[in-house]
Amino acid sequence: MYRETQIVNTQNNIPSNAEDAGFAADGGELVINVGPQHPATHGVLHLVITLQGETIQKIEPHLGYIHRSIEKMCESLSYRQFIYVTSRMDYLSAHINNHACALCIEKGLQLEIPPRAQVIRVLMGELTRIASHELWWGAMAMDLGAFTPFFYAFRERETINDIMEETCGARLTMNYMVPGGVMYDLHPNFQKRVKDFIQLFNSKIDEYDDLVTSNIIFQNRTKGVGVLSKEDAVSFGCTGPVGRGSGVQCDIRKLYPYEVYDKVQFDEIIETGGDSFSRYLVRVKELRQSIRIIEQLIDNIPEGDFQAKTKAVLKLPKGEFYSRVETARGEFGVYIVSEGGTTPYRIKFRSPGFSNLSALDHISRGCKIGDLMAIMGTLDLVIPDIDR
Amino acid sequence: MTKEEMKEHIAQHLPGAVFDETGEWLNVQVEADAWRSFAQWLRNEVLQMDYLFCLTCIDWPPAAAAKTQTAAGGGALTMVYHFTSTTFRQPLVVKVKLDRNNPEIETVSAIWRTAEFHEREVYDLFGVRFLHHPDLRRLVLTDDFEGHPLRKDFEDPVNMIRL
Amino acid sequence: MFSLENITNSIQHWLYSTFNPTMALIMECVIVMFLVIGLFATLGLVLVLMERKVAARMQIRLGPNRVGPQGILQTTADTLKLMMKEGLTPNGADKFLFNLAPFIVMIAAMLILAPIAFAKGFQIWDINIGVLYVTAVSSVSVIGILMAGWASNNKYSLLGAMRSGAQIVSYELSAGFSIISIVVLSGSLQVSEIIASQQTGWWLFRGHIPAIIAFVIFIIAVTAETNRAPFDLAEAESELTAGFHTEYSGMKFALFFLAEYINIFIVCAIGATLFLGGWMPLHIGNWEGFNRIMDYIPSSVWFLGKTFFLIFLIMWFRWTFPRLRVDQLLSLEWKYLLPISMFNLLLITLIAIMGWHF
Repeated sequence: MYRETQIVNTQNNIPSNAEDAGFAADGGELVINVGPQHPATHGVLHLVITLQGETIQKIEPHLGYIHRSIEKMCESLSYRQFIYVTSRMDYLSAHINNHACALCIEKGLQLEIPPRAQVIRVLMGELTRIASHELWWGAMAMDLGAFTPFFYAFRERETINDIMEETCGARLTMNYMVPGGVMYDLHPNFQKRVKDFIQLFNSKIDEYDDLVTSNIIFQNRTKGVGVLSKEDAVSFGCTGPVGRGSGVQCDIRKLYPYEVYDKVQFDEIIETGGDSFSRYLVRVKELRQSIRIIEQLIDNIPEGDFQAKTKAVLKLPKGEFYSRVETARGEFGVYIVSEGGTTPYRIKFRSPGFSNLSALDHISRGCKIGDLMAIMGTLDLVIPDIDR
Repeated sequence: MTKEEMKEHIAQHLPGAVFDETGEWLNVQVEADAWRSFAQWLRNEVLQMDYLFCLTCIDWPPAAAAKTQTAAGGGALTMVYHFTSTTFRQPLVVKVKLDRNNPEIETVSAIWRTAEFHEREVYDLFGVRFLHHPDLRRLVLTDDFEGHPLRKDFEDPVNMIRL
Repeated sequence: MFSLENITNSIQHWLYSTFNPTMALIMECVIVMFLVIGLFATLGLVLVLMERKVAARMQIRLGPNRVGPQGILQTTADTLKLMMKEGLTPNGADKFLFNLAPFIVMIAAMLILAPIAFAKGFQIWDINIGVLYVTAVSSVSVIGILMAGWASNNKYSLLGAMRSGAQIVSYELSAGFSIISIVVLSGSLQVSEIIASQQTGWWLFRGHIPAIIAFVIFIIAVTAETNRAPFDLAEAESELTAGFHTEYSGMKFALFFLAEYINIFIVCAIGATLFLGGWMPLHIGNWEGFNRIMDYIPSSVWFLGKTFFLIFLIMWFRWTFPRLRVDQLLSLEWKYLLPISMFNLLLITLIAIMGWHF
């Protein structure tokens, strides 16, 4: 009934000779492995952390646990096919990743997108952004030890997923984008359900502030933690809420508007604190801005085609094409080098998480282990996005 | 700052630069020897290119290089740097051609700190050696991995499926 | 009227009239032992189920509802699973200490049960230094936690144990001061006398604002002492996976788990005894009729009701607050709670000497 066995502990092993284990004789440093399986890393990220007591001296990220070499894979997929592989990178903003690829192909083909398709793309993109920020909000609170917000966030997120499911046929990786438009027309219920969602969301979003934002423990945990200066944010290439939390203007939707983003009113949220709390505020305020964009567009979806007419087999002219979009995590870039064939010669995805991760070591030095969770939470790393 | 102004500034500073304006953004090709000082100039002088948003490499093996004019025959690795400036917002693409058999280039990780990780990735997947890089190790693959998977001639019969 | 006192008295009477005194004492001990173990098992099951149900309600979900009616057998099934599981000992662990640690924690929890009055006249051992005994024995459990963390041969465990040590040692001071304030007010260390002194009203109400402050500090301190969120740094799962019990599995893990809930019960029972009058019914001034009705409710129900109310409070904390950071945790204690409780003790002493309390 109750059996004793011996297991060999491969990680975090402290041999009898303390110096081998990372207890350096001089400074009393301790090296611990956070990950690849660890509740705080939300995926297979492996951090080797050098500690002095509880204070972090150095963080060394080890990547590659979920590297699928998507860039190499895309070199043998046709232009219609490779879009959907990118859903598997940042799976929380899958639609926006697909959007970047579609934009890049359309740039190469010089395609005109019907206005209806443009609006649908933006609407779906903003819904995705809300869903992604919702998940982040819940997971962030959970990292800091508060479990309940996770369920509250999922309550609203489920509604978005249902809307997605109805129109796109899938909940998370929607595969709704095709070069020249979107795959299907909107479901007849779409407008009504989105309006219901907006109503629901507006009534719940204040709850978020009550539960987490104004909580004194939460504020103490995040204020002044992981400060990233504006110069460093630019130098590290931090974009999205991480960059904007440090006061960098980096919203691609504002700087290089694509689709209908130049026709809608919304604010670029910029906080100047640079700490975890600023990054948190940027995301929470972005939720309201996304709702604002949806409110403006939902009643003004133009009639017409949802897809431009394209050939069955797409061939991009020889040349180089780069498109940039704003995902929920920051700037996502697609760089296609075409040799004129049906497949890209070389493709490079510039993922926001990769650059944001590179700042992790810099901003968490001197913090406590507990702070690392606040920092990781607000960097909002999605590991498949980093390990492409 | 417009493309033309940018071109003028660069031409003034680096007479040997080769321009290519066919794409969306201005393309500059520089020599590997001149790269380090040019990068320093890009960052600190008139152009204020403080944001390196993409760093990658393209492999042109001899076979592919022969078909195209983009790369000279004999095969090459082209480093591609995408810059923009947070003041002028005008992207610039810089290309540096490297010898495919002995790819070496100066690191820019001291100038743009994001380059540290990007260069490690390029080192890992293309085998470009970045001189004076603070921590040049493989990033995604294991340390004892052989070969550089994103090169066109990389073959792995076990794990790769040809479509 | 249902009274536990009558039952215990009649059993004792029967034992002493049937056997010789030594034999009777031994048999009483055996009965008490079985009762305590039975209580532990039931409390563990009930409290875990309660926690899951409370958490579920706060998180807009249903909680366990499949095993048994309304899911009441869920924890029993879980316990069964844990008993069947393999008990692993990591290679390189200090096997003796590793296996000893859960029992130390458990035994410490069991020992504190001795002076607690569950109902009128229903107490294992009415020792005359009851409150002192409770504070003294409760600090033993930290040894078990440190032992577990050190012996596991795991850095997460070690960090968790270190945190736990710092935390429990610090917060014991505040908890101690809060307990002393009631001792000062009631003038006795004996649990039964402390309860008796609340005949006319609970200390929480009779001691003016200082008693309320002491109560609040007590609740905060014991939440920290039992390693519950928002003070669950010793097992902060997002930071240290599971802290000091990372390497434990099967029944040894279950013992830690059980001890945590027993500790919650005990500290809440002590809180109820000291501040809320233990098994004393609620009496309001001269409302004779009301007081008479309150007297009809059995004392055990009063005691359990108060205790479970406090347990609910502590669960409510857990499912609402984020976790503190380790330095914030310590500065909260040393910079705020300790000075406040010291000053508060001074006030209470003044109230007690001058007889200003109701």
